[in-house]
This record gives sequence, C-alpha cells and structure tokens, in this order.
Amino acid sequence: MDVAVSKKKWVKIKKYFPFYLMMLPAVIYLIINNYMPLSGIILAFEEYSVKGGIYGSKLVGFDNFKYLLVTKDAWIITRNTILYNLAFIILGTVFSIFIAVMLNEVPGKRMKKIYQTVTLYPYLISIVVTAYLVNSFLSTETGFINKAILGSFGVENISWYSEPKNWPVIIVVVYLWKNFGYHTILYFSTLIGIDRGYYEAAALDGASRWQQTKYISLPFLKPTIITLTLLSIGRIFYSDFGLFYQVPMNSGALYDVTQTIDTYVYRGLMQLGDIGMSTAAGLYQSVVGFVLVLGANFAVKKISADDALF
Amino acid sequence: MVSTKKGFYVFVHIVMIAMVIICLFPFLIMIMSSVTAENTLITNGYSAFPEKFGLEAFQYLFNDPFMILRAYSVTVLVTVPGTLLSLIITTLFAYGLSIKHLPYRNAISFFLFFTMLFNGGTVPSYMIWTQIFHIKNTMAALIFPRLLVFAFYVIIMRTYFQTNIPEEIKEAAQIDGAGEFTVLRKVILPMAIPIIVSIAMMVGISYWNDWINGLYYVTDSKLFSIQQILNRMIQDARFLTTNTSGVETLAAGIVPNNGLKMAMAATGAIPIMILLPFFQKYYVKGLTLGAVKG
Repeated sequence: MDVAVSKKKWVKIKKYFPFYLMMLPAVIYLIINNYMPLSGIILAFEEYSVKGGIYGSKLVGFDNFKYLLVTKDAWIITRNTILYNLAFIILGTVFSIFIAVMLNEVPGKRMKKIYQTVTLYPYLISIVVTAYLVNSFLSTETGFINKAILGSFGVENISWYSEPKNWPVIIVVVYLWKNFGYHTILYFSTLIGIDRGYYEAAALDGASRWQQTKYISLPFLKPTIITLTLLSIGRIFYSDFGLFYQVPMNSGALYDVTQTIDTYVYRGLMQLGDIGMSTAAGLYQSVVGFVLVLGANFAVKKISADDALF
Repeated sequence: MVSTKKGFYVFVHIVMIAMVIICLFPFLIMIMSSVTAENTLITNGYSAFPEKFGLEAFQYLFNDPFMILRAYSVTVLVTVPGTLLSLIITTLFAYGLSIKHLPYRNAISFFLFFTMLFNGGTVPSYMIWTQIFHIKNTMAALIFPRLLVFAFYVIIMRTYFQTNIPEEIKEAAQIDGAGEFTVLRKVILPMAIPIIVSIAMMVGISYWNDWINGLYYVTDSKLFSIQQILNRMIQDARFLTTNTSGVETLAAGIVPNNGLKMAMAATGAIPIMILLPFFQKYYVKGLTLGAVKG
C-alpha cells in the first residue's frame, strides 16, 4: 500500500514537474542571495581572519556584541534610527494626507495628472542625485542658501556640512521632499475609490468642504493610515542608507546626528574592516526588526485582516 | 455659496502650485547651474536665474565623451538585462506559485515569504558574494546582489494570476494539448501585460538608480555607472579630473568643478524624468500595488 501511495504521489509530482522547473531559477537565486547569508551570521560570533574565512575563524562568543554595547555607538545608532523614523512617520503621514485630500479636489483629470507627475519626480530620482540637489542649496562656497539668501541679508556663511545642529531638520525636510509624492499617491488611490455620491449628499445637506473632509474622506482613509503606519513601525529599525550616507556627503563631523544602524554597518565593514562588530550590529537590526514586523503584522491582522502581510 | 466654492478651488490650486514649485525648484537650479558660466557660479553661487550662461561644464564632459558614454553604457547594460532577467525569473516563479493544487505550494510560499521577514544583514551578504562567488569588479556584481528578485513583486504577480486569470482558460489550453510553458507564453502572459509593465517599471528604476552595489563591489572605474560616478564625485571632488584626459586639452587646465557637478547630476536624473509622463499610469499602479503588501 505504501508503494501505491508513494507511486501516486510520484505521478502527481511528475505532472507538476514543469511548474517546479519554472520556479527553479528564483529558488536558486533566493538560496544564494537570501539563505546562504544566513549561514554568515556566524561572523557575528567570530574574530574574523582572512585565513580562517567565513566559517573557520576563531569563535569568540558574544564578544562582538559586548564591544558594541560598551561604546556609545549602539545607543546613538538606535536612537537616531528610531527618532528619525518616528518623525518621518508622523510628519510624512499628516503632510501626505493633506496633499492627497487637496489633489482629490483638483478639478479636471489633466491637472490632476500633471500635479501627480511633478510631485513624483523627487521620489523617482536616485538618492545620489538628491544629494547633489541638496548640495546646490547647502554648499558653503556656492550654495543657494549661503549665497542667495544669507548673502543678500549680509548674514555670515554657514558651513552646513560641519555643523551637526541643523541636520535633524535637514534630514527630515529632505525625506519629506523626496517621499511625500509617493505617500500622497497611496492615500490618493484610496480617496478616488470613495463614491462621489457621499460628497454630493453631504453638500446638499449644506456640509462645508472641511466638514466633508472630516466626516467622509478621513474615515475612509482610516484603514489605509493604520495599515501603512503599522507597516512603517515594523520597519522602524531600518533606515534609508542613501539618505543618511549620501545627503550629508558622508561628513564625519555629522556622524552624531546622521549615523544610523545601516550607515554604521557599512562604515564598520568597508571603512574600518571590523567584520565581527558590523555583522553583530546587522544581526541586532535583523532580530529586533523581525520581532517588530511580526508584532506590526499581528496588529494589522486585528484591525483589518485583508491588509495583513501574512 | 458659489463664491466660497470658488474660493476653495483657488486655495486647492495655490497649495498644489506651491508643491509643484517646491518639487521643481531644486531641479531648476541643477539644470540652470549646469549651463552657467563657471565664473558666475564662483561669484554668485548656484542659482535658478544665472547672470551669465556658459557651456564649460558640458564642453568639459564631452571633451572626453568616452568616459560619459562608458558610464551610460554600464548603466544601460545593467538596467536592461537586469530588468529582463528579473521579469523572467519573477514571472515564472509567480506563475508556479499560482497553480492551485501544486504539491508543497505552502512550503515554497513560506520559503519566499521568510526572505521578507528576516535577513542575515549586509555583512554576511557581502562576504558570501565576494568570498564564495567572487563577484568583485564584474558586471554581475551590479546585476545580481539584492535587486534581481523582490519577494513582494512575486506575491503581487501571483495574486494577479490567481484573481485575473480564470482557471478555465488554463484548463482549456491544456486540453488542446499545449505544454505548460506554451500555455504560459501564449495564453497567460498576454493577459498579464499590465502587471508585467508595472513591475518592469519598478525594477528598471531600481537598476537605473542603484549605486549601492557599485559602492560595495566595484572599484574598477571601467565599471562605473552614472550613479556610481556621481557617488565617487561626492567622495572626491576631483574624481572626474583624474579620470578623464580632458584636462590637457582644455585651455589653461581650469576645471569647471561647480558646473560639472550639476551637469553630471542632470545626466543621471533627466532620462528617467523624461520617461515618467509616458509610463506614469503603470508606475503609479506599481507603487500602489507594492505599498500595502510591501
């Protein structure tokens, strides 16, 4: 009987063989790109040496984590990563919803499309190009702000790339500039799904535009807002490497306010060559990130099961 | 009543026009500065309305067109094959996953899904790609790490196959005696063109804009893409001067550094900015699909 069962199974697998063949390239790729690196996590527990390689270097237990925690780096990168993300989530959400509501009120398809295209340009271009655009404003000798604005008031030049105090604001402004168009589209796509009949009925009852927004648009947006916010919270331990590396032009004077977990891992690996510690920092990010994603998904599931990741 | 309504629309347009200005002004500065005389840039700084125009920056760039053409070729030779390969692999995988009674389907879905939840981090990936696959300073380094298969594009496409393509169509094709690959190519793919174009946009833009793979894996300047050159110029303002032969031929060896920066940024940004209006519909679709499930 066992033979019959396994034979039946074999026939079935044979029937589906072409599909397995189709899936093979992606499976191989995911093994190489995503699963093999999991074995490299062992680097976080080693004192890496070229001779020993990935799997043969000297095991040192949790030493790398200890060193990471002894320096104030662990605190700074955690603080920066989380605080910037919180600012992005709060300001980004409020601002994008406002613009989405405005965009939805623009009469005429043509104008809507033009506004949409233009507000997507900052999102479309690479972060490296963004860094150049920011530099055209902030460059000490030739920047628009120092020359055209501060210069015309006779205020002394500011050397932006060496003064940390302004950077929390700069980073948040650049983030909003680059991403609001994208987030606006997400909210806008919910808004255009709302039946115009609600607005017409409300208008007949004498509701003002503001009341229509408050009592019709915002309640319809609520599930989207909650889902997107929870998903962002799930990714609060990750940062946009380019935003924190390129935009401050990798300036060492600014590390205190621009160093996040992602830039720390890069610098640890490529500039200091400290493989053990940067693997440890990356693993810290992955593990906490994993817990947060699971938690966020659990919360999304409670609120709107359809939007849950899994 | 009418006047408040009119007043409201005026307000809406004022807000949106303000957004347009905020979005475009930096690009305007970039473009105008790239065609401003270098001396004007030095005295007046970057500006949207320069006192004196000048083409030194572009003259300098095209004095030795080889460098810039090579960078464009690298970008194109990464973006086009990368996007095509990514689409093929993603579509095949997604179609397989969409087959209802496929044995071990859940296990394979989980195998895909787990990659979105947990990763080994940057350093282990870097070590695997460099120590085991030795991709440093190859074209493969710009195509393969990170960008080739995104789990959520697979999931989006699988959902599309499941919801938009009726089972009867697949079965009817099979009764005709067509093999699975033929069914996919002749029946399924033509029905999935909108989603394929959307995903092609997303993947294509990630390849065009990518500089991180270059940062980690490429030190050979022959393999620098446009974005990579921009990145190197930030680290080293004199990068272009030391990597072109333009210096000698240019009068007095004066390098228009300030204009050059903006001219290079413009060459990296403008091609996709021109393309956006034509593909906007698909791009927006891709963005909204990826968001909630991404």
